[in-house]
Amino acid sequence: MFSSLHAAIAAAESQGVSLARVALEAESRDQGRSVDDIRSALRRALEIMRGAVDRGMQGDLRSASGLVGGDAAKLRDGPAGPLEGTLFRDVLARALAVQEVNAAMGVIVAAPTAGGAGVLPAVLTGLAASRRIDDERVVDALATAGLIGAVIAERASLSGAEGGCQAETGAAAAMAAGAATEMCGGTPGQVGHATALAMQGTLGLVCDPLGGLVEIPCVFRNATGAAIAMAAVEMAMAGIEFRIPVDEVIDTMGEIGRSMDVRYRETAGGGLAATPTGRRLTRERLVQLKKS
Amino acid sequence: MVSLLDIIGPVMVGPSSSHTAGACRIGLLARSLVGGTPQRAKLELHGSFARTGEGHGTDKALVGGLLGFRPDDERLRDALDIADREGLAYRVEKTTIAEDAHPNTVRLTLERDGSSVEVVGESLGAGRVRLTRIDGFPVEVSGALWTIVLVARDQPGSIARICGILAEEGVNLATMRVTRKERGGDAFMVLELDDPPSERALSQIRKLEWVQMTRALEKVAG
Repeated sequence: MFSSLHAAIAAAESQGVSLARVALEAESRDQGRSVDDIRSALRRALEIMRGAVDRGMQGDLRSASGLVGGDAAKLRDGPAGPLEGTLFRDVLARALAVQEVNAAMGVIVAAPTAGGAGVLPAVLTGLAASRRIDDERVVDALATAGLIGAVIAERASLSGAEGGCQAETGAAAAMAAGAATEMCGGTPGQVGHATALAMQGTLGLVCDPLGGLVEIPCVFRNATGAAIAMAAVEMAMAGIEFRIPVDEVIDTMGEIGRSMDVRYRETAGGGLAATPTGRRLTRERLVQLKKS
Repeated sequence: MVSLLDIIGPVMVGPSSSHTAGACRIGLLARSLVGGTPQRAKLELHGSFARTGEGHGTDKALVGGLLGFRPDDERLRDALDIADREGLAYRVEKTTIAEDAHPNTVRLTLERDGSSVEVVGESLGAGRVRLTRIDGFPVEVSGALWTIVLVARDQPGSIARICGILAEEGVNLATMRVTRKERGGDAFMVLELDDPPSERALSQIRKLEWVQMTRALEKVAG
C-alpha cells in the first residue's frame, strides 16, 4: 500500500484511473488476493454498514450504561432545525445511528476504528441514497477510503491512545471526505484537497471519553466528524485547494498526537472526562453497570 | 504493511476494537490451548481492562472467545448467560499483573477435561492481540497466522524432526521460537505457519514420544 497520498494521486493521474483503482491494485499486489476478492470483502463491509445505520435509526438501543441511545431517531423524527429535510441532517443522523449500535454491542465495521466507525458509513451511504449512486461506486469509494486510512496509519496514527481523537474521528472524516469526493466525480487531485481540508479541521482534537468508554463524547464526535467531512467535500468539489499538501497535513496530525499530553489520549484523565459532571456521570454509570 | 481491509474492517461487535474485538480474540486463542470450551475459567483483568472492561463488554468478549465466538458474532452480547447454560464456570477478578504490563492485559487460567493452562494476553489496539506467556513460558503469539504450540523434551534434533514433518506436508513455516526454563528441561516451541497444519502433520507430531503436548491455534485475525 502507499505511504504517501501524493504518490498515489500521481500514479492515478499518470495512468488516467481513479484512486480506487490504484488502491485496489496495490492491495491485490501486496496481499496476493484478486481485485474481485477484495471488492467482495468491501461489499460485505458496505452491507454491514447499512445494517448498522438501519438498526440505529430504530431508536430503541441503549448502551451498557444507559447514557447513550435514541438520538439518531431524534434527528430523523424530531422537531425541525435549519437543516430540516436535507442530506446534511440525514448524514448526521446516520453517524449517530452507527455509533449508538456500536455502544450497544451491535455489529459495525471498524473503519478505521470502532470509536470512529460512524463517519464513513454516514457520509457514503447518505450521499449514495440521496444521489442514487450504485453500490459498485460506493465499494470503489470504500477502497479510496482504505487507501487514505492506510497512508494515515503509515505516517501518523489511527489510535486514540496514541494520537487523540484526531487519529480516530479525525482520520475517519479525512477518509470519508476523500472517498465521497471521488464518489461524486472529483478528480484524484480534488480527493487530496478534500482529505486535507477535513483533516485540518480536526487537528488537535483530544480523546477524552467519560470513564474511558466509547460513549460520550464519541457518539457525537462521529456526527461532527461527518459534518466536517461534508464541508470538506463541498469545498473541494467547488475547486477550493488547501495550500498545505495533504501528506504534510497528515504528518502534522502525527506530530501533534505524539506531543499530546497522556490525559488527552483515551485515559479519561482530562478533557470532558475530567469535568465535574463527567466525573459524576462516570461514578453513577459504574453503579448502573454493576446492577445490569 | 498496512492492508486496506485492516482499515475498512474488521466487522465486529462494538464498542471497542481493543476492549471488545481484541478481548474476544485473546479468548479464542486461549480456548484452542485447551482444545475446546473450558469447564472452568479465571479471568484476571489488569489496567484499562480492569477499569473500563465492564462498560466495554470485555468480560463478555473474553468469555465469548472461550465459547468459540468470533469478534463479529452477536452472541457475544449474551456470552455470560450462554456460558452458564453451556457449563463454563467463569470468575472475573481485577488485578495488577505487573507495574509495566500493557494497559490492556488479561491472565486466563483455564481447565478442561483434566488439562489446564495459564495464559497472559495483551490487546494492542485496532483488534490486534498478542499472547505473551503460556504456562510461564515467554511467547509471542498474534493469531494472525496458524500457530502450533508444543512442549517437548529438550534434546538434539527435535526441532529438525518437527520442521521435517511440516515440510513433508507442504506447510511453510513463517516464524519459530523455542524457549526453555533450564538446560535439559522442557522446551517450549511456538511455530507460526503460512498454511493451516493438516491433521496428519499434527498426529505425526503428537506421536513423537518426546513431545508432551501439542496444540493447534486457529488463525483469529487477518
